[in-house]
Amino acid sequence: MYFNKEIETMPLKKMRELQLERLKWSIGHAYKNNAFYKKKFDDAGFHPDQFKSLDDMKRVPFLTKQDMRNNYPFGLFAMPMDKIVRVHSSSGTTGNATVVGLTKNDVGVFAEIVARCLVAYGATEKDVIQVAYGYGLFTGGLGLHYGSELLGSLTVPISGGNTERQLMLIKDFGTTILACTPSYLLNVADYIEKKRPDYDIRKTKLRAGVLGAEPWSENMRKEIESRLGIQAYDIYGLSEVMGPGVSGECQEKSGLHVHEDHFYVEVIDPETGDILPEGEKGEIVYTTLTKEAFPGIRYRSRDITRLYRESCKCGRTLVKMEKVTGRSDDMLIIRGVNVFPSQIENVLMEVEGTEPHYQIILDRKAALDDVEVMVEVNEKLFSDEVKVLDDLKKRISDRFRSVLGISAKISLVEPMTIARSEGKAVRVVDRRKI
Amino acid sequence: MNVTQLSVFMENKPGHLQSVLKILSDANINIVTLTIAETSDFGILRMIVNDSEKAKKVLHDARITCSSTEVLAVELDDKPGSLFKAIDAFAKNKLNIEYMYAFTEKRGDRAVMIFRFDDIEAAKKALAQEGYQIVKSIDIIG
Repeated sequence: MYFNKEIETMPLKKMRELQLERLKWSIGHAYKNNAFYKKKFDDAGFHPDQFKSLDDMKRVPFLTKQDMRNNYPFGLFAMPMDKIVRVHSSSGTTGNATVVGLTKNDVGVFAEIVARCLVAYGATEKDVIQVAYGYGLFTGGLGLHYGSELLGSLTVPISGGNTERQLMLIKDFGTTILACTPSYLLNVADYIEKKRPDYDIRKTKLRAGVLGAEPWSENMRKEIESRLGIQAYDIYGLSEVMGPGVSGECQEKSGLHVHEDHFYVEVIDPETGDILPEGEKGEIVYTTLTKEAFPGIRYRSRDITRLYRESCKCGRTLVKMEKVTGRSDDMLIIRGVNVFPSQIENVLMEVEGTEPHYQIILDRKAALDDVEVMVEVNEKLFSDEVKVLDDLKKRISDRFRSVLGISAKISLVEPMTIARSEGKAVRVVDRRKI
Repeated sequence: MNVTQLSVFMENKPGHLQSVLKILSDANINIVTLTIAETSDFGILRMIVNDSEKAKKVLHDARITCSSTEVLAVELDDKPGSLFKAIDAFAKNKLNIEYMYAFTEKRGDRAVMIFRFDDIEAAKKALAQEGYQIVKSIDIIG
């Protein structure tokens, strides 16, 4: 079953023609309608008229996350503001947040790519899809919601958290598909074991999980499938390009089909920027082919993967990408939220006006990411009163929640507690095993 | 009288108090009294020592987080009701005590209470109004 058979089973040659035609449009659109892109292309000595074949891709300059930050909030939009119908944003303060916009057409494309993924997992309009991704500025909730509605499935917009209620609705509404982060689903399994031994999830209609927003391994898949008795499918995306549905698995679970009629993908050497031959592992770079509001031209995702074409049993001819398990930068994905250590520094700076020595310890407890931030108490932060120090902890943890969207345990530690290598503190200790 | 209290930040873990005390011992600092305020993950060691300047310096040099605070030392008769009277003076004047601790003097029948106020002068005034003699010095503290 396909949502869009023509595209999903299109022969490669035809797909390349379609991509070339759309690339010309997209690159020209960015150049004509966005001052930042125009300057970037001009500075690189590249003009869209020179773009004749896919080989010319290497001449197009890259777009980076920093470019997006520098153009906060709307500097990369290529449509008049009255044509923009929705924005999404990453967490962060001014200076490190990124904002993306969608036109009506973009919203339609976003919904379609998600619907295609759902069909690839075996979903139909008869399914009941419970969307337990967060709704809001994050693309997960609304992305899955619109895709599920477009498919015609009954869509349950429950949003994230509140496991007891999730379980109740799975049972009462006859939910067949749950969309959430894989770590949350494992947390649900733990919750049932510990607190609801009477709840037999195998007796509900739940049969599949649509899991994404964070890296996860084959071992996690096995664990989810065996503990909950469901099929676990990967959905991948990034808000800078669109959101979930940029690629998704099919029932073969042997890689994620990229919706390459909307996103042109290349794999590059993260050091040199050179395009690598198909099949080699490197950083995946995206170019949007149809996006109006915010064209992403050669966006460096920093996600490490490889691309390969093989005849898939599902019949899709779309290129496959391997599950993403690494990054070529220091970005952390904490409970599905993208966080850079620099953002954490900013939060600490704001709270105290100084950059204390700190260390973030990431662990996985009860399947969920556990965040501990150790802050060295220097004489500037110290007080002889407990309430002042407790208040400091509270202020830091409140800022983490409001600015970064993550809850963290704040621990105050003595100076020189945090290990320093060559005088530089080790900022992040990631003990998570995925 | 105003007394300088040293406060030291310590994690709530074995051996941490010991290492602070060793530094003070090596520097020949005598502790007159001390108290620890503890939370689940850290504690604040508060103490009155015979040479607060020197103690602060040796702790600072050892990269230990410490600070000094002016606290109020009040001499009381070591007998029933005398602490009540002092506290009563503060209560009447709506003065909040941040924390307090006590020790007795080596000789004699006097106890010394240490009070931490946000406004130490207001606390002294309250005591004076209630007829308390604010002592100018306490032998053991200097």
